[in-house]
Amino acid sequence: MRTRGLYTAVSLISLIVLPFVAGDFYINLATQVLIAVVFSASLNILVGYAGLSSLGHAAFLGFAAYICAGTTVTLGLPPLVAAVLALAGTTLLAAIFGAIALRASGLGFLMITLALAQVVWGLAYRWVGLTNGDNGLTGLTRPHPFGLSLDSPAAFYLATLLITGIALTVIAILVGSAYGVSLQGTRDQPRRMAALGHNVWLVRWTAFIIAGFWAGVAGLLYVYYQRYIHPSVLSMATSAEGLLGVIAGGSGTLAGPVVGAALVVILKNYASIYIERWNMLLGAVFVLIVLVMPDGIVPGVRRLLARRDR
Amino acid sequence: MTVPALLIENLHKSFRGLIATNDVTMRIEPGERRLLIGPNGAGKTTLFNQISGDLLPGAGRIELFGTDVTTLPPHRRAHMGLARTYQILTLFPRETLLRNVELALLGLRPGRWNMVRPLARDRALVQEAAVALTRVGLGGLADRPVAALSYGEKRRLEIALALAQNPRLLLLDEPLAGLSTEERETVRKVIADIPRTTTVVLIEHDMDIALDLADTVTLLQFGIVIVDGTRDSVIADPRTREVYLGH
Amino acid sequence: MQFWVAQTLNSLAFGGLLFLLSSGFSLIFGLMRLANLTHGALFMLGAYIGAYLMRAFPGTSLWMAALASGIAVAVFGGLLERFVLRRLAGNALGQVLLTLGIAFIISDGCLLVFGGDPIPLSTPRWLARPVFLWGFIFPAYRLAVVVLAVCAALGLHILLDRTRLGAMIRAGVDDMAMARAVGIPVSAIFTLVFCLGSAIAGAGGVLAGPILSAYPGLDGDMLPLALIVVILGGVGSITGAFVGSFIIGAIYTFGIALLPDLAYVILFLPMILVIAIRPNGLFGRMAV
Repeated sequence: MRTRGLYTAVSLISLIVLPFVAGDFYINLATQVLIAVVFSASLNILVGYAGLSSLGHAAFLGFAAYICAGTTVTLGLPPLVAAVLALAGTTLLAAIFGAIALRASGLGFLMITLALAQVVWGLAYRWVGLTNGDNGLTGLTRPHPFGLSLDSPAAFYLATLLITGIALTVIAILVGSAYGVSLQGTRDQPRRMAALGHNVWLVRWTAFIIAGFWAGVAGLLYVYYQRYIHPSVLSMATSAEGLLGVIAGGSGTLAGPVVGAALVVILKNYASIYIERWNMLLGAVFVLIVLVMPDGIVPGVRRLLARRDR
Repeated sequence: MTVPALLIENLHKSFRGLIATNDVTMRIEPGERRLLIGPNGAGKTTLFNQISGDLLPGAGRIELFGTDVTTLPPHRRAHMGLARTYQILTLFPRETLLRNVELALLGLRPGRWNMVRPLARDRALVQEAAVALTRVGLGGLADRPVAALSYGEKRRLEIALALAQNPRLLLLDEPLAGLSTEERETVRKVIADIPRTTTVVLIEHDMDIALDLADTVTLLQFGIVIVDGTRDSVIADPRTREVYLGH
Repeated sequence: MQFWVAQTLNSLAFGGLLFLLSSGFSLIFGLMRLANLTHGALFMLGAYIGAYLMRAFPGTSLWMAALASGIAVAVFGGLLERFVLRRLAGNALGQVLLTLGIAFIISDGCLLVFGGDPIPLSTPRWLARPVFLWGFIFPAYRLAVVVLAVCAALGLHILLDRTRLGAMIRAGVDDMAMARAVGIPVSAIFTLVFCLGSAIAGAGGVLAGPILSAYPGLDGDMLPLALIVVILGGVGSITGAFVGSFIIGAIYTFGIALLPDLAYVILFLPMILVIAIRPNGLFGRMAV
């Protein structure tokens, strides 16, 4: 327990110190990792804790990003209003999609979430008047909260770090709360949960909405980081990358999506230096993880450590 | 006449033409101990599943304490005071015994929606869960994971989840299945000690123990109620002999 | 009037292509409880193999290419089922993720090998002309696609309903444990159905070539449509896939022609309606 606290303190300090010692390339890479961590952690609420495998989580990230960019660039709304609108809209979208997808379970749920995400993707491509289609939306500037400029990579990194920290803390608290424990109960034994008086559908729907909200937060970070948005962010590959982050790290653990998402982003960045074939590598990693390490890295390492301690 | 704890009227259920429940009518008074018997496939568990709401009947109606619950989902029935156990163990295998019982207690409390407070800090809940475990003789194992339990202990936990809710109507589906003689005696005592404020309906094949616990008995065969009445009258009835001995 | 007639034929042709994709997906899902996300990629792979054959061996007709491509994709599918998916039997989520990963590999592999430009497949010459019927002009090839899809549907129907093999497949769809218990060689039938579904998708990709071309992203465009068809029609039901394909084909074609902005949203309305009212799909017996 004590060593764990030490590790946390050391990594927290190095995360805060990083922008003062590292170059812009690494700062930006770290920012991308953090955004992916928020996205994977939000998906982990569904996949890991609710046992609901969604292949359409990119819809919420992309939806929030588009609302934010659209209302700011096209309508000229102030950043705070745009952010609130984006999160509210995304949460509402999650409520609607959740109500539809939760009519099914298992593979049906997976197929419906995938299909629904394609609606948003198709809209972004085709509703050119609203989204500027394949050209994407440009011209977004980063906000200046409390008069602080987020234009430099270091400043934006620190803001992202703060929000990531809040997201992970809130999710950790959620998982240990009465609701979080009940959610895991509906994952393992839904029939018994219903017999015990838990409204399984409502518990799952709530989880879907919460997961959608945090994916929306990741979307806001994403769009302010990129200052640009293109329909490809809504593609199945984005959902798949998020899911790979969860599975590779270890679904249903708090550290899993952090490790997994970091791995995916770093792999993607380094791979793109040497090869153009990121999707092929993504596919290969998927196959490898599923066949070799189905539990993910964090539970795998934990098992190794437990064996060593014995 | 008092309001019955459970009233079933002309209940029907069939699966792809196979009739599992055929025009079943039953009335169980508050505090009663009712034993359901019948050969395998007589439709006893299917009847439980309809009472608890896991299955919707094809026709007929079910009343709990005077309220029509025929189409209510299972969780609403639980809030009306219904609890059940399962013939096939239905526990939370990754969690500790304490967590298992906590989930049962949470099921009936608004606090189950709390997303902020760590569950482990809820002292009152932990206390109450520990009491429920002690009631079935598992008090010392509260922090063990379910996976570490013996089969007999799992059976008792199965009952503890239902008992922890202090139900008004308790459905026990083969609570003695697969237990040793010694374990049977432990579970028999747990059931015998249930206060009369709880009505109990029991499915059990071990007649020696079950008949001893029951006030009344219902015999089912092919989904039909064959005999229904006080324990002694059902035992004495020639139709009971016929079903069990095939004369 | 010509617009409506032409669009109707287009939607029928597109529905026919969708059927060639979704019937295999539905059959595999129904029998093996496996959501095969490589199915769109197999369709695209089929189209590319066809395009390659017709270019490498001048004189190869579209039909020959479809046949060869169907066989090649069937072999690929069979190997995939036997040696990769089989290792994860019983782990539905693992299998889906595996098929997803392989879909990415196939998709990117095709881009690597065949490049980013769309490759149209040439229409057989005798069908590359319009047909005049009742005063309207019909592209002959599209008529042929509709006829072929109907033939495929009839063929599948006869196979499933009238043959011993079909009886065994249906038994597996209805109750796997029972099928195993009565001695049906479930393992061999799994592989066979996977091959069959892959073959139809591969050949379908070639037949789609003259209309859609082989292009990167064909898989991603087609797979969601197949999913909607299957959710709409009901998993494991050939009738459902057939009816669903033509419904979605019509909505997609008319949607793009009339309301291009919202075509994608309109596409999902029937699916959402069906999920809300009849979660098993129009013709499905089991929940998705």
